[in-house]
Amino acid sequence: MVSAWESAASVPDPELPAVTIADLGILRDVREENGAVTVTITPTYSGCPAMAQIAADLRHRLVDAGYDRVDIRTELSPAWTTDWISPDGRRKLAEAGIAPPRAAGPVSVTLTCRPPVRCPRCGSAGTRELSRFSGTACKALRQCQACLEPFEHVKEH
Amino acid sequence: MSEQSEFDAYLSLGEVTEDDHRWAFGTGFADPLAGIDAAVPADVDPGDLAATCLALGDDALIYSHRLQQWVTRAPELEEETALANVALDLLGQARLLLTRAGQAEGAVAGEQGRDEDQLAFFRGEGEFRNVRLVERADADFAELVVRLLVFSAWRLELMGSLTGDADPVLAAIAAKAVKELTYHRDYAAAWVVRLGDGTDYSRAKAQAALDTLWPLAAELGLDGAADAHLGAVFAEATLTRPTAPRLAPVAGKTGRDGTHTEAMGYILAELQSVARAHPDATW
Repeated sequence: MVSAWESAASVPDPELPAVTIADLGILRDVREENGAVTVTITPTYSGCPAMAQIAADLRHRLVDAGYDRVDIRTELSPAWTTDWISPDGRRKLAEAGIAPPRAAGPVSVTLTCRPPVRCPRCGSAGTRELSRFSGTACKALRQCQACLEPFEHVKEH
Repeated sequence: MSEQSEFDAYLSLGEVTEDDHRWAFGTGFADPLAGIDAAVPADVDPGDLAATCLALGDDALIYSHRLQQWVTRAPELEEETALANVALDLLGQARLLLTRAGQAEGAVAGEQGRDEDQLAFFRGEGEFRNVRLVERADADFAELVVRLLVFSAWRLELMGSLTGDADPVLAAIAAKAVKELTYHRDYAAAWVVRLGDGTDYSRAKAQAALDTLWPLAAELGLDGAADAHLGAVFAEATLTRPTAPRLAPVAGKTGRDGTHTEAMGYILAELQSVARAHPDATW
């Protein structure tokens, strides 16, 4: 039987299916006691609409793996940060054409000395922000000035 | 990964089992505080906690609704996406805060309090505690970004001060909100500077927006870091801080007392009328 952690950790993010909820740091804890599994997850943003989907996916994955009693809990504190995205998760994001966040969380726009966001397709450091927001709460929209491809960037949070 | 579970999951959102009828309108079927200890700590007055969460939750709910009205009407797709994202963050904050308000209200009464849906859809205008600034309909894009700047700067400081609150749930909600509001404030500030320090036409629009909104901003009691931030942005945007007097209270009462502007009734009609017409609808 696959362990409860492994089952839970294999659930893909509904909006970023290239990475799992474990890669993103959304999965905080999985406890197994007398056949009952308690899973703790954390929202990326207060209004993230994928939370209900993630909870439903977790429940199904664990029931399929043979765990009948599943309790899914939310935890808000400490607040999720992109620093919790694993090195593996960052690599998978880049492979899927999504620029991973830079380290060290959100920084006010007045500070400009950050490493550049590289184009996930050609690797160029010459990219510009098209919009501070994109298709989901956790991403911004950028464009590469070398290969001209627009791409999404998981913004530092 | 097994193909089977991947697909069932989407379908599962619509699955109906005997104990799984969902009310047609709200989001209360998925408790945003599920699994978090609902108890109010002994050193926290549940009545005060309920009032704080309700006021901050109402600010977010009503303002989110106003921002959502720009969807399909924004000048560019990128700005529309931005505004929808800001509205979504605020709606998320509203859900958490209203849920916590209901828990605290329950602790006062010694029974189950109202849930987020009951609070959002079934209160009358006089029971809402939001500030009057969030009620107004934006006349143009300049009003939109000026109000978003003032609101975000104020709420950011307020939430920052609540990250150390004695109630751990409110403190956690605030800590999350701080990150989101920092981003909203920066987005709005960039636009205010762009319009204010832009053409004569855009500058006149931005100044007119600030002059129009300023009487409503007085109700926020802006001071400290929020006020300093606004001053810095206005300077960069070459805008003049208005000296207009505050919008008078009505019989001494303002939004936090449940006294609202004319705009409030129209928002609630849009927000609540369908849910109230079909209060028993489920799917």
